[in-house]
Amino acid sequence: MSTRIQAAATAPVAVADTRDPVVLLRDVRRIYPGHPPVRALDGVDLQIDPGELVGIVGPSGSGKTTLLNVLGTLDRADAGVVRVDGYDVEELSDRQLSAMRAHRIGFVFQQFFLSPGVTALDNVADGLLYTGLAQRNRRARARRTLTRVGLADRTHHKPHQLSGGQRQRVAVARALVGQPALLLADEPTGALDSASGAAVLELLHELRDTGTTIVVITHDHGVAAELPRQVHILDGRIESDERTAER
Amino acid sequence: MTATSTPPASRLRGRDTVRVAFSGLRARPLRAVLSALGIAVGIAAMVAVVGISASSREQVNDQLRQLGTNLLTITPGQQLTGGEAKLPPDSVDMVARVGPVTAVSAIGTVDDASVFRNQHIPEEQTNGLSVNAARPDLLDTISGTVASGRWLDDALAQFPTVVLGADAAERLGINRTDGSGQVWLGGEWFTVVGILDPVPLAPELDSSVLIGWPVAADLLGFDGSPTTIYERSDEDAVDDVRAVLPATANPDHPEEVSVSRPSDALAAQAAADETLTTLLLALGGVALLVGGIGVANTMVIAVLERRSEIGLRRALGATRAHVRRQFLGESVLLAGLGGIGGAALGGVVTAAFAQTRDWPFALPVWVLAGAAAATVLVGAIAGAYPAARAARMPPTAALATV
Ligand SMILES: Nc1ncnc2c1ncn2[C@@H]1O[C@H](COP(=O)(O)OP(=O)(O)OP(=O)(O)O)[C@@H](O)[C@H]1O
Ligand SMILES: [Mg+2]
Repeated sequence: MSTRIQAAATAPVAVADTRDPVVLLRDVRRIYPGHPPVRALDGVDLQIDPGELVGIVGPSGSGKTTLLNVLGTLDRADAGVVRVDGYDVEELSDRQLSAMRAHRIGFVFQQFFLSPGVTALDNVADGLLYTGLAQRNRRARARRTLTRVGLADRTHHKPHQLSGGQRQRVAVARALVGQPALLLADEPTGALDSASGAAVLELLHELRDTGTTIVVITHDHGVAAELPRQVHILDGRIESDERTAER
Repeated sequence: MTATSTPPASRLRGRDTVRVAFSGLRARPLRAVLSALGIAVGIAAMVAVVGISASSREQVNDQLRQLGTNLLTITPGQQLTGGEAKLPPDSVDMVARVGPVTAVSAIGTVDDASVFRNQHIPEEQTNGLSVNAARPDLLDTISGTVASGRWLDDALAQFPTVVLGADAAERLGINRTDGSGQVWLGGEWFTVVGILDPVPLAPELDSSVLIGWPVAADLLGFDGSPTTIYERSDEDAVDDVRAVLPATANPDHPEEVSVSRPSDALAAQAAADETLTTLLLALGGVALLVGGIGVANTMVIAVLERRSEIGLRRALGATRAHVRRQFLGESVLLAGLGGIGGAALGGVVTAAFAQTRDWPFALPVWVLAGAAAATVLVGAIAGAYPAARAARMPPTAALATV
């Protein structure tokens, strides 16, 4: 509790910004119990504004996935303030967090997690499954989103009929179809060769240009260098936060 | 800046819940079929048991409707001193005089007469077949039918001719009724002129051979006392008739006379089968239980295997309740598919069995409703624990694939 008060005191919320930040972390801690306990996040402060494309970079075990889980409300911080899309995560129930993920947050995973035996179209439409939208509307929006990621001609292909890069683009489309305020990608290029990885990154850049807020986790400095903002994390702490000149 | 409102709730439509539950089964069709099979066997067994017993009961009812329940049989009974009682020879006519009586006939056992395939078989070697004199109107009164040949009419009744009961014909090894078959009866050759179908209302006739009343008296010294009188009356007068029959048939010793209603015995026999039905039903229940355990096992494995799917669904916005409903739905669907298959199988078995026995097909609707309810219940119980486990899984753990 004291950490939260302190956090609020040391870092007054940036009211100056006309637009509310999509992500606001203040002294966030996540400690996995054990012997010894692991401080996966050890006092993280982070603010991400709408439309930003942010890379989270760090070596293996530095706490990137833990950070992403906290940002995505899949996991709760042990201490600190986590505010996503204007909601204080601490105050929301499990059901409300689910609602956040259904409507406001999109995920892309390293292993894609597409449903086997289900067409690209329906995999993407599943991104809207828990919004209560009717299947017809889900499919219509999925079709538009697949077109957006350049897979208009692959709607009825099943995951095993797609290349790795195409699969990841389907996964991106599924994360995007609900027009989330925040798109979180954990090593989206980790399972891809460099060409496919570059294509996926290119896609993320394009999305960013249309105003989607995107957080990409990577341990690949080459990938990170391409991103307009890089947050370096080490042992659960933010080491540096750099913005490169806009492309 | 602190949000006071909350985001709109996650929502999974009912139709989508079913779709999602079904997609889980479709992903592993063989496994789904095999575990549904366990349920199907249990349901099929239960449906078939009930269906077969219902068909059998229906058959008895049909038979009773056809044969009528207004037949009473009168037998002499026992003397108070212990010996065999006798009905007076004119008792048949006296019964016929009772108002509501519509038909009367009788048989009289010819004592000391035995029947054999030929004369070389020693007299002591009895074969359990009784020789009875029969009145010509017997067949109509008991609703009997001739399987082959003809019945003893007034003319044939004068001559040494014989009609065999169904069992008697089989035991004597005779199936010809063209006049070429003969039996050695009470020291005379009798020509076989007919063979009866089994008589449900008078099964004692199945193991007897029937000869004419006059020829029995002339050749075999039959004394003319009936040993069984068969009587039919108006259906609603049966009880009244029954009350006066003893005094009518044997006015001197009405207390000795015994009257029975063969249709009661038939109905009682059908009811006796019910114990067996209950036992078989219980066995079907055990099979269903085993099937339910199979479904539970399948679901536990499914939840373990599909951790990442569960995590993904939570990331897509599913609440714990949505995940629970998905797996519960999958379990109920699995059991339900087994139930439908089992009910169909049970129906087919019942129909096939009824067909071979020449029974009418009867499958009460409550059996199908009960089977449906049972499978839903089994599915829900089997899926409850795995579904709760899936719902409890933290999303991060479910996504952390190793
Ligand atoms: N469930 C857990 N229980 C205990 N410790 C954990 C758990 N998950 C992660 N950790 C620890 O927390 C630290 C940060 O883990 P995290 O997964 O966030 O790293 P990462 O930066 O994503 O690494 P990588 O690049 O290898 O994916 C690691 O030291 C890890 O061992
Ligand atoms: Mg990681």
